[in-house]
Amino acid sequence: MKQMNENQMKKGGALTRTIRMLFKAYPVLVPLTALCIVFAAVVAALPAIFQQQVIADIETWYQTGDWASASAVILPKIVILAVLYVLSLLAILCYTQLMAYITQGFLDKMRCTMFEKMQKLPIKYFDTHKHGDIMSYYTNDIDSLRQLISQALPTLLQSAVLLVCVFCIMIYYSVWLTLVVLIGVVAMLFVSRKVGSGSTKYFIRQQTSVGKTEGFVQEMMNGQKVIKVFNHEDHCRADFQKINEQLFEDNFRANAYANILGPIIQNIGNVLYVVIAVTGGMLLLAKAPNPGVSSLIAGGVGVLTIDVIVPFLNMSKQFTGNVNQISQQINSIAMAIAGAERIFSLIDEAPEADSGYVTLVNAEIDGQGNVAETERHTGHWAWKHPHHDGTLTYTPLQGDVVMDDVDFAYQPGKTILHGITLYAKPGQKVAFVGATGAGKTTITNLINRFYDIEDGKIRYDGININKIHKSDLRRSLGLVLQDTNLFTGTVMENIRYGKLDATDAECIDAAKLAGADDFITRLPEGYNTLLTNNGENLSQGQRQLIAIARAAVADPPVMILDEATSSIDTRTEQIVQRGMDKLMEGRTVFVIAHRLSTVKNSNVIMVLEHGRIIERGSHEELIAKKGQYYQLYTGAFELE
Amino acid sequence: MIKKLMACIREYKRPTLLTFLFIVGEVIIECLIPFITANLVNQMKADMEMKTLLTIGISLVVMALVSLCCGGLAGYTSAKASAGFAKNLRHDLFDKIQNFSFQNIDKFSSSSLVTRLTTDVSNVQMSYMMLIRTAIRSPLMFIFSIIMAYIMGGALATTFVVVIPVLAVGLILVTRKAMPAFRSVFKKYDKLNESIEENVRAMRVVKGFAREDYEIQKFGKAAGDICADFTKAERIVAFNNPLMQACLYFNMLFVLTIGSKLVIESMGASLDVGQISSMLTYGMQILMSLMMISMIYVMVTMSFESMKRIDEVLSEQSSLVSPAEAVTEVKDGSIDFNGVSFKYSEKADRYALSDIDLHIRSGMTVGIIGGTGSSKSSLVQLIPRLYDASEGSVLVGGVDVKKYDLVTLRDSVAMVLQKNLLFSGTIEENLRWGNENATDEEIYEACKLAQADEFISTLPNGYDTYIEQGGTNVSGGQKQRLCIARALLKKPKILILDDSTSAVDTKTDALIRKGFADFIPETTKIIIAQRISSVQNADLIIIMNNGTIADMGSHDELMRTSEIYREIFEEQTHGGADDETDE
Repeated sequence: MKQMNENQMKKGGALTRTIRMLFKAYPVLVPLTALCIVFAAVVAALPAIFQQQVIADIETWYQTGDWASASAVILPKIVILAVLYVLSLLAILCYTQLMAYITQGFLDKMRCTMFEKMQKLPIKYFDTHKHGDIMSYYTNDIDSLRQLISQALPTLLQSAVLLVCVFCIMIYYSVWLTLVVLIGVVAMLFVSRKVGSGSTKYFIRQQTSVGKTEGFVQEMMNGQKVIKVFNHEDHCRADFQKINEQLFEDNFRANAYANILGPIIQNIGNVLYVVIAVTGGMLLLAKAPNPGVSSLIAGGVGVLTIDVIVPFLNMSKQFTGNVNQISQQINSIAMAIAGAERIFSLIDEAPEADSGYVTLVNAEIDGQGNVAETERHTGHWAWKHPHHDGTLTYTPLQGDVVMDDVDFAYQPGKTILHGITLYAKPGQKVAFVGATGAGKTTITNLINRFYDIEDGKIRYDGININKIHKSDLRRSLGLVLQDTNLFTGTVMENIRYGKLDATDAECIDAAKLAGADDFITRLPEGYNTLLTNNGENLSQGQRQLIAIARAAVADPPVMILDEATSSIDTRTEQIVQRGMDKLMEGRTVFVIAHRLSTVKNSNVIMVLEHGRIIERGSHEELIAKKGQYYQLYTGAFELE
Repeated sequence: MIKKLMACIREYKRPTLLTFLFIVGEVIIECLIPFITANLVNQMKADMEMKTLLTIGISLVVMALVSLCCGGLAGYTSAKASAGFAKNLRHDLFDKIQNFSFQNIDKFSSSSLVTRLTTDVSNVQMSYMMLIRTAIRSPLMFIFSIIMAYIMGGALATTFVVVIPVLAVGLILVTRKAMPAFRSVFKKYDKLNESIEENVRAMRVVKGFAREDYEIQKFGKAAGDICADFTKAERIVAFNNPLMQACLYFNMLFVLTIGSKLVIESMGASLDVGQISSMLTYGMQILMSLMMISMIYVMVTMSFESMKRIDEVLSEQSSLVSPAEAVTEVKDGSIDFNGVSFKYSEKADRYALSDIDLHIRSGMTVGIIGGTGSSKSSLVQLIPRLYDASEGSVLVGGVDVKKYDLVTLRDSVAMVLQKNLLFSGTIEENLRWGNENATDEEIYEACKLAQADEFISTLPNGYDTYIEQGGTNVSGGQKQRLCIARALLKKPKILILDDSTSAVDTKTDALIRKGFADFIPETTKIIIAQRISSVQNADLIIIMNNGTIADMGSHDELMRTSEIYREIFEEQTHGGADDETDE
């Protein structure tokens, strides 16, 4: 799949790739739609011929005043025209409905593809891309694609077909007059290129200005309270004034260019109309020979007649009208290409690599300690480990984590963790202590493979974690992070996120364990209270409690608590602590905490500095050692 | 509402009116052109002379040129008018938001304000441009074309009696059905985008719980649902095009049939060939203008929601304004709460603060502790009048805060908010928020006092280090220290730290407080903290509980009298606290 995408990229730009994807998504409907559009366009070009013939008939008959005999000639032609019109209407009806269906369906597919891809990207991607930028893939860029598919492409196809048809008909009637039209078209193309490129330039500038304005406004709106506290309103107004003025300039120019293009082309069309009429008139007066396919068929070169000029004039109108139509699409196509490029840049991003083949399965453990795989949920889990020789071994899930001389760098060359070695036996509590930036969170991010290590080994229950299927590895690790993120949904749904098939009772038990039950039941609708916008109506501490309950319901053998209680006041923490202690019972726990009180009872405390473990041991041992930990613990006394 | 928005057109009324003018010119000529070309065709047929042909031709070219000028100028002025209108809207919105009180800010979420300033304004801008370009053009075109059609076509024009009502009714039906469908699906669409944003923000949680597939499934379902709704709405609108074409075709057939009959029967007397072709042109113009009218209608109604949202902000009255004859000097840093009760909104049924009586002398250090939700922040936010007390009065320097000029009051009361922020810009620029004209010396002093100087000087660019949006490239503790320095630069009479050292290590925390005591003794200092060590040495410690003052006194007094205080103290010190601190 990846290979193919790369090939596609090489073969053509974003536009052709979009079109190819469109065909691939709807292999029947897209060609059918195109067919309908072509048919409708051809039919739209035909009336010129009929009109010419009817007028020629009128010319022949109007001296007689005999409608009865004239109608016998004229009416059948009109009937044929009517039949064509009905067919054309059916085609139009068909393709407009299909277009609506295809456009939305394709956008949906795109959205889902992007979202699916996004879920599979490594954490690093989200570290290096602004959330606002990612969001604009889904809003602005998708919108530009919608413009392209629902408007620009059909218009382009329709106009192109019409142009070809009308051109053929014109040649059929008169070569001279067709030449006049061609000269006009060249003028139009020239002008639309000139004006169009100016327009595109300003449209791109406008996009930049819009982005700038959005960034500024976002920052200011978020900091509005700080602005107030510092009486900084007038400064912000002045800054905004500048940005706003710039946006106005670009906005105004981009739109002005786009607006002017239409009248110019239309009036070139008008002038062309006159030129044809005059040229036609002159040819008519001069009784000049009129070479054309029709006269060639008739044998010999005839003279230009009025019944050719009238439909020709209408055709020239149609012709310039369609050139205008095409020129109007230039901007939206340019924007769609830019949008599609951005979307493809997301889709082509390399996904999080996962070559793990060890999986987590339900297990049954018999009296002798033999492990067997089972479909049933037993509450026991085992690692299913296929070997090269085709044999399978099962290792019970216990939560034994070993890091062996691990180095890590976010960017190659800039190693930020050096030679980390640690052993966490099942049920042990390991704490990380150290200044911000010492690497505490980074270590935990390695265990669940948010990032991959440079050197060394990490083993889980004796298995190298690189061999473990990532999602199974992460399922076996509970996670409570410093920045709490809750999802839109009820409190119950948020807790259940930890274990999707958990019953209500299980969720409530987990909340009780975390000490969250108390405040949840006091919410207006208890567990059914709807949380929106990251639980905006809860306090930071309450949100952390829900996050703890969410991890608790998953019941994993290993827990990572990264400043999990940092926003809970000490009194509440005391209450939560009991729950936390219960939560930690029988589990391997990695704790990062600011408050040393939280980590005091750990089996082992690691003191980190600049990416190295500089001290390790129990609280008592470290205090006795009178090293860095002692300094931290008693920091205040030092001051005296 | 419309009136209020229209008021923002201001200096762009001129280009707006000019647009109308140019468009009227353009329309008149556009309607005349087919009339003259019909004449031209007939002249040709009548074997006229070259001279007549050229005269008509030249007059047509002149008309095209005039039409080009009008059209081009209208394009220019309409772009200017609409871009200018949008600029004024943004300006007014931003201006208004700067005047918002905290209460107003709470009411609108920051993301909704951003949408109003960006997407909503550009929606209104687009429909304004559409409106001024076509609101005159289409009806005029419609009327002129009908008149011309009657003049030229006579009996043939009866076709419009049939076609126009059919098209009009059809368009109305389609619009009526499609609009509500679109409105509801757009709301869902916004929700979908919100959920994407939520997902991006929570990516670590998603991955940590290995919920990628679950998220994909959830998204797929929501997206599919929206896709179905969108398709339904689009399919209704898709009927517009065939409807229009049907009318055009009907018109064509009618004109050709009846037209040729008329021409032949009257032997060209009542109708001629040229008129037939003009009738076709006018028919096209009439139907097109009807179509345009329906499009504008849709667009304007679609932007109605945006207009409403913009209007909401513009109509919002700031709940806090400086009084007419404001006091412009704060005498000293004393603070008095007299029987103060407070709730965040009138509708709230619970008071955030009730019956607070509190008297703080100038220069005191006051510590406030209490559980989450005990209204510690609410209490201090009344001092710089970020909110107004619902009952009772708050006095600063012996004067009711409501009597002060807001700028004066807030310059004298510096507050480091719990949710603090740095802005994109250099460290120095950020610090200068506190005092624009501060000397380098003053900045350095403030940073030293806030214990920020040390880390700033280790940065490669020192005070010129660029802070990313939201201050993401400094640690939490560093951010807090910069925020304190920024507040200190105001040289306030009252300094409030709302849990502003929570990420600072205990040692530095103690150093900061020591600095305060040594260097700014006359400033009243109010410190909200979780750590008892941060407040232990304060002259007065207030223990908040459920919006009331539970206990109050010095450390020694409270240790004797307050059960809660003793409990917290025990927990934090002997129960395994991080530290005990003393200076």
